[in-house]
Amino acid sequence: MFFNWLGALPGAAAQGMIWGIMAVGVYITYKILDIADLTVDGSICTGGAVCAVLVTNGVNVWIAMLVALIAGMLTGAITGVLHTFMGIPAILAGILTQLILWSVNLKIMGKANIALPIRNYDLILAQINTVSSILVLLAFVGIMIALLYWFFGTELGTSLRATGNNINMSRAQGINTDVAKILGLVISNGIVALSGALLAQYQGFSDINMGRGAIVIGLAAVIIGEAVITRISQNMACRLIGVIIGGVIYYFVYQTVIFLGLDADLLKMLSAMVVAIFLAVPYWKKKYFTKAKGGHHNA
Amino acid sequence: MLEIKNVTKTFNPGTINEKVALKDLNLTLNDGDFVTVIGGNGAGKSTMLNAISGVWKPDCGSIIIDGQDITAMPEYKRAKFIGRVFQDPMMGTAADMEIQENLALAKRRGKKRGLRWGITGAEKEEYKKLLAQLDLGLETRLSNKVGLLSGGQRQAVTLLMASLNNPRILLLDEHTAALDPKTAEKVLAISDKIIRENHLTTLMITHNMKDAIKHGNRLVMMHEGHIIIDVKGEEKQKLKVEDLLDMFTKASGSEFASDRAMLS
Repeated sequence: MFFNWLGALPGAAAQGMIWGIMAVGVYITYKILDIADLTVDGSICTGGAVCAVLVTNGVNVWIAMLVALIAGMLTGAITGVLHTFMGIPAILAGILTQLILWSVNLKIMGKANIALPIRNYDLILAQINTVSSILVLLAFVGIMIALLYWFFGTELGTSLRATGNNINMSRAQGINTDVAKILGLVISNGIVALSGALLAQYQGFSDINMGRGAIVIGLAAVIIGEAVITRISQNMACRLIGVIIGGVIYYFVYQTVIFLGLDADLLKMLSAMVVAIFLAVPYWKKKYFTKAKGGHHNA
Repeated sequence: MLEIKNVTKTFNPGTINEKVALKDLNLTLNDGDFVTVIGGNGAGKSTMLNAISGVWKPDCGSIIIDGQDITAMPEYKRAKFIGRVFQDPMMGTAADMEIQENLALAKRRGKKRGLRWGITGAEKEEYKKLLAQLDLGLETRLSNKVGLLSGGQRQAVTLLMASLNNPRILLLDEHTAALDPKTAEKVLAISDKIIRENHLTTLMITHNMKDAIKHGNRLVMMHEGHIIIDVKGEEKQKLKVEDLLDMFTKASGSEFASDRAMLS
């Protein structure tokens, strides 16, 4: 049994990296923009659906992934417009888009499930080729983090970070915070959809339910990543690497508890509970464990 | 250069919480004016500054900068004319970003933000010099997060940010009120210096009447949403706190009431 567990680890690593990429999208909205964006549950499936439909219709897999990326960006734009232009609270805007996408994803696929077996199609990764899949994913992760590191260092990227950090100050400094939020949501959901396209190829199918609870896995990866990396480095690139590592650790644990005989039906509940506790810890710390400080200021 | 013409603003109209915050407000600033603004609670001081910076649109009236009507211009767009420092030291800076990143954000106020790198090497040198002038030891801490600074240090950095790119007008909204007296004095001195050196047209709200008399070349007092006293030049230099209180009683027909105003 131990060897079975060991043998499952590379697969868990690959899957963890795919979800880690997805979690990087969550990181952009949740950590940088300070928005809890629930669009991701739908947009990850949009990515998988678009990729699967195009590839099964003979389109080149790279083009299919590019279209999936663009489709994901559009889903982010919908949430962004609902939130900024229509004034709907971000969390509700995400839920509305998620519901829109349920129908859209079904329409894209024409049914609830599309098979995408590697033996019939030219894919860039698949579960049976674990090692090459991991290499492909490593390349993806490297390029993505390099691009994001560059972007969040630019004037435009800096204005996104400022918007998430202090929205009043950002407006006072001439930043169009609505545009910044939409742009952040667009980038985030583009990445999430791309991870959906990778996931569909890896597992060999696209399914209408593949995104259910994605936000929780994403948050779990972000939280684990923070716990692992923040003490080592505050650097943006390191934090993003941390999120990927967070995804991988999440799947290692997932794989392990399954091997230990845990009912797989309970996993989503357990994930949600773990995330809830981790989200509560900083709040509890603040509420119960900070001593009242004397008001001292010095210039 | 700044004209506020007949501006009126009512919050929560038609409800039990209806509040006429600005009532037919008129004020014209000349280039280089440094105006201190005083008034009791709810007199409309901060509301006036928010009207200028475009936090919301006034019900009627217009706001004009350099002949350009900006009444309908969104807040982020008119930011290119305006530098702001708020009462709350947390408000004016992004806590999780570095000191130099905050300054670089302010440096690009009113400019297009593209895909160039967010901060240049030359800028870092410039910021180092500017920070050194504050005399708070911040020039060696450029890459520190602003969240690590004290309230006074944050206000000083915010002042610096507000003054970058020579805004047409600087708005200071009780920016020393949250600081202890000694720090407040230091930040005020820094404000004076920055305003003088950059010849900034300034509106400064203060609850300290002495400060209002001591600083600037002009003093206005607000009451019930408009300006009731406007003194400048020599007359202002000679003012005493008692004079101000007398003037207030005459102009408003009531006693000056503010739980925070410092009369001495």
